[in-house]
Amino acid sequence: MNELLDVKYLHKEFDNNVVLKDINLSVKKGEVVVIIGPSGCGKSTFLRCLNGLEEIQSGVIRVDGLEVNPKNKDIVKLRQKIGMVFQSYELFPHLSVIDNLIIAPMKVQKRKREEVTKEALKLLDRVDLLDKKDMYPRQLSGGQKQRVAIVRALLVHPEIILFDEVTAALDPEMVYEVLETMQELARQGSTMIIVTHEMNFAKAVADKIIFFDKGEIVEETDDVEGFFASPKTERAAKFLDRFQFTTRL
Amino acid sequence: MDKDVIISYIPHFKEALFLTLKIGWLGILLSLIIGLVGASLLHFKVKFLQKIVGIYIEIFRNTPLLIQLFFIYFALPKVGIQITAEKCGVLGLGLLGGAYMIETFRSGLEAVTTIQTESALSLGFSKAKTFRYIILPQALSMSIPGLVANIIFLLKETSVFSTISLMDLMFTAKDLIGMYAKTTENLFLLVVFYLIMLIPVSIIGAIVERKVRYAGFGD
Repeated sequence: MNELLDVKYLHKEFDNNVVLKDINLSVKKGEVVVIIGPSGCGKSTFLRCLNGLEEIQSGVIRVDGLEVNPKNKDIVKLRQKIGMVFQSYELFPHLSVIDNLIIAPMKVQKRKREEVTKEALKLLDRVDLLDKKDMYPRQLSGGQKQRVAIVRALLVHPEIILFDEVTAALDPEMVYEVLETMQELARQGSTMIIVTHEMNFAKAVADKIIFFDKGEIVEETDDVEGFFASPKTERAAKFLDRFQFTTRL
Repeated sequence: MDKDVIISYIPHFKEALFLTLKIGWLGILLSLIIGLVGASLLHFKVKFLQKIVGIYIEIFRNTPLLIQLFFIYFALPKVGIQITAEKCGVLGLGLLGGAYMIETFRSGLEAVTTIQTESALSLGFSKAKTFRYIILPQALSMSIPGLVANIIFLLKETSVFSTISLMDLMFTAKDLIGMYAKTTENLFLLVVFYLIMLIPVSIIGAIVERKVRYAGFGD
């Protein structure tokens, strides 16, 4: 099988507090996995483990057959296969938009400036931000920053991209433009793992839904429609019910 | 105040100004190098060296420059280390300034959030490259106000050089007063020359501060 990401018995604790217990997950190339669950359930920590920003206490994470371990030397190389987009954008404030985009391909992957710039401008155009290329991050709106951050992650040519609540800090109207960009990526066959609270978006984009609660996977299903219509576990049902309540208000 | 006396003294003060500037800026350059290296060692939490940096800061921040200079100039020769007064001035100023510069650079480094580092790591940057391309540029521009303050402070501290018989501004003034007893004129010139030395630094510092702030912070 062409499993791109394979997680086996992942176990993580912070100072004896178990935050992730026995997580198993495999993601195929081109698959879009959406992780949902209450705040503080370990979703974000899970994503951070996947690209080696957090150490794990036991278990194995493999990307493309290679083990992700922050202590290994090849973690730097491996991280280029795993892009990440953060809730707080994390553009580099001292660099213009175009420099934010090309710095990693140039300095890390030693690609030619002209080639990377060309690709960067093409992608910027696709997210309607070509006219912002010489601006600094502080001159952009949240939604614009987040779209730049997505393009920045794409330019490293990762095999898989992690999205950590990327719309949580945005105004409602900006949420739309970012989700649209992500949906476009999904359509193009990118492999993505998305942590989000946008249920309608999850429904529209997911190939697989994972419901996290208290550090474990409570429900995992490929039947996305079915999950949102009638989840199999009580905990997921309760969670979804609360969400529907807030959208009904 | 006698105008003619003042005019006749100007060449002496000019010479002293050049010497003060030369030693002052060489010392500041040394202090910036020490500051950058020391702050980097603290940033990367390099074992052992990190402790040495801490001890160094405490020693040099908590003793007066005058005593540090005396130590370098008069005590070190007793153990066979002999250096010229000029080198002693540069070294003394550099070591004192280094302790302050480390703290200034460090606060700049600490002001860059850890998630910026994580964001760089997630793009495949190594730790060294993250420091070089992402953290350091941001830390430097946040350190500018502190650096300017340090530089002005160190240039003023050069007045202590006169005690190790360096012919700086202070020495020249004291010398001329001793010989011709024109106290007011000399003190007037002393103030004017210190201002000539320091006001440009303040102005350039303020401009640089505004420039780097414009380059993209405050979001």
